Amino acid sequence: MSRFRERFSRLAGVAIVASMMSGPAVAGKFGIGTEATPEQVAGWDIDVRPDGQGLPEGAGTVGDGEAVFAERCAACHGDFAEGVDRWPVLAGGRDTLKSENPVKTVGSYWPYLSTVYDYIYRAMPFGDAQSLTPDETYAIVAYLLYMNDIVTDEEFVLSKENFASVRMPNEANFIDDDRPDTPLAGTQQPCMSDCKAEVKITKRAVIIDVTPEGEGPEGASVD
Amino acid sequence: MPMKSGDDGKLPRPSRRGFLKGGLAAGGLIAAAGGVRAESDPENLPPNVADWSRYLGPGVDAAPYGVPSEYESDVVRRSVEWLTASRESSINFTPLHDLDGIITPNGLCFERHHGGVAEVNPTDYRLMINGLVDKELVFTLDDLKRFPRENRIYFLECAANSGMEWRGAQLNGCQFTHGMIHNVMYTGVPLRYLLEEAGLKTNARWLMPEGGDSAGMNRSLPLEKALDDCMIAFKMNGEALRPEQGYPARLVVPGWEGNMWVKWIRRIEVGDEPWHAREETSKYTDLLADGRARRFTWVMDAKSVVTSPSPQAPITHGKGFTVLTGVAWSGRGRVTRVDVTIDGGRNWHQARIDGPSLDKSMHRFYYEFDWDGSDLLVQSRAYDETGYVQPTKDELRAVRGTNSIYHNNGIQTWHVKASGEVENVEIS
Repeated sequence: MSRFRERFSRLAGVAIVASMMSGPAVAGKFGIGTEATPEQVAGWDIDVRPDGQGLPEGAGTVGDGEAVFAERCAACHGDFAEGVDRWPVLAGGRDTLKSENPVKTVGSYWPYLSTVYDYIYRAMPFGDAQSLTPDETYAIVAYLLYMNDIVTDEEFVLSKENFASVRMPNEANFIDDDRPDTPLAGTQQPCMSDCKAEVKITKRAVIIDVTPEGEGPEGASVD
Repeated sequence: MPMKSGDDGKLPRPSRRGFLKGGLAAGGLIAAAGGVRAESDPENLPPNVADWSRYLGPGVDAAPYGVPSEYESDVVRRSVEWLTASRESSINFTPLHDLDGIITPNGLCFERHHGGVAEVNPTDYRLMINGLVDKELVFTLDDLKRFPRENRIYFLECAANSGMEWRGAQLNGCQFTHGMIHNVMYTGVPLRYLLEEAGLKTNARWLMPEGGDSAGMNRSLPLEKALDDCMIAFKMNGEALRPEQGYPARLVVPGWEGNMWVKWIRRIEVGDEPWHAREETSKYTDLLADGRARRFTWVMDAKSVVTSPSPQAPITHGKGFTVLTGVAWSGRGRVTRVDVTIDGGRNWHQARIDGPSLDKSMHRFYYEFDWDGSDLLVQSRAYDETGYVQPTKDELRAVRGTNSIYHNNGIQTWHVKASGEVENVEIS
């Protein structure tokens, strides 16, 4: 009975909050699911945020990172993070983002360092995910900072303590979605008849014919 | 016939020379819509009686799980090998040119993996909710199936669909230019129920769904969207999710880019800020001409494409009455109208939408006309219920440049030649 009243008052309180800010609701009304143990959560909770939330204890130097990178990463990314074949280039590319061929690397493009840690730990090495130790991960991230000239000291140590203080060069160049960015039907009723005098073909796929069947030249990657 | 396909999943594109040489000249033998059409045997044609009219065929259970006719064997997903460095982090394409109606058959839904297909044992499947909740919870698959269910038909489009076409016409086939999309009926439970079960803290604003695959796919999802219409789905088109589509459970994020529809979902963390994961910073951000990049570009704008005629679906009957068809969709709601032109935009005609017109679902349209056998420049233009109208590719380039990769929803042009062959072009 008291449990019922407690739950009822909880729900009522939340309903008021929700109506004010259309925010979260609380319930648990179905009674389905099992409470997660701290050990279960710790084993799966691997994400890291820009403010450092989620970083484990640990540290690594640029030099440590160079060694780990050579062993675990270089087969695909190259000794100097330059990328092998079509595998991602991780360093360089500064001042290319406005060019015909932008090179989007950790240094030239990625806005937050936490993304590097989060992604490497969760998904790399490709095919052997979540096998790196926190120290190895810190070390690889430190090496990538060095290869991108974001740190210049070979003795630099990246750790949980100084991690959030590192800022990435391209952070300010991300903007929020401002679509729709083309005219809406309401503002410009599309023409239905006699809309243009002449139509010419300006581009043809057959000219660069890259549809699978033959050799594939370079094209925009979706990856 | 020049349109024979390989079993290797590679494009059975009619070579242009082959098409002209063996195509129309072969008259009645021509293949329709790129299919592997067996050669005609006069013994099957009236007044003769075909073997299948005379003798018993296979009995029930010949195929306990049914498969398409052997004559449809080239209706398959295909990939473009040069696009990606590996098969495990890659994509293939839905054969839109071979499909009709609005539902994509499960085995033809395009695949996009970042670490291969996770082969999850459903008995050991777990979905964890942690972070800013009153009670961190773990659900089994059986637990999920105890919540009230919903059935919803939604399109899922990869943000990179048509991404290879930013700089100009590149790939000959709507499978390749527009095939990173499928439209499926999902059965699942509203994500809201699971979050309410854990109890959201008042400062909860963002979720981080995370996949159980070897890429640990993670994205930031605003709580408002999660509470609005997101689902955890465990069925597609009535049967269990296919492994490549996230078996046994995936996230459904209606109208938003496919990358957010986390497959093999194993965990949802609740937080007060976004995570800025790799797939929403390094990837799935839209680089503009001035070097800035848009982030959190979630919604898929209205888009359409003519699926037949198209390069893989040439007109094979010569001049005369013909059916043009295509698909349209919008991440902002229902498609309200589709216009079609066959003269490169000089004149437009309102197409006929047939079949269900549902929120954030694919729509099927038709335009029937009498082809005089001359060259055509075919386009379609979709409108949605918000007043959005599909832009031209040049209108998009004028605002964004050509480095965006993602969110190319520009109007597609097909050039139908007098031979009936079709090529991907752009026009003035």
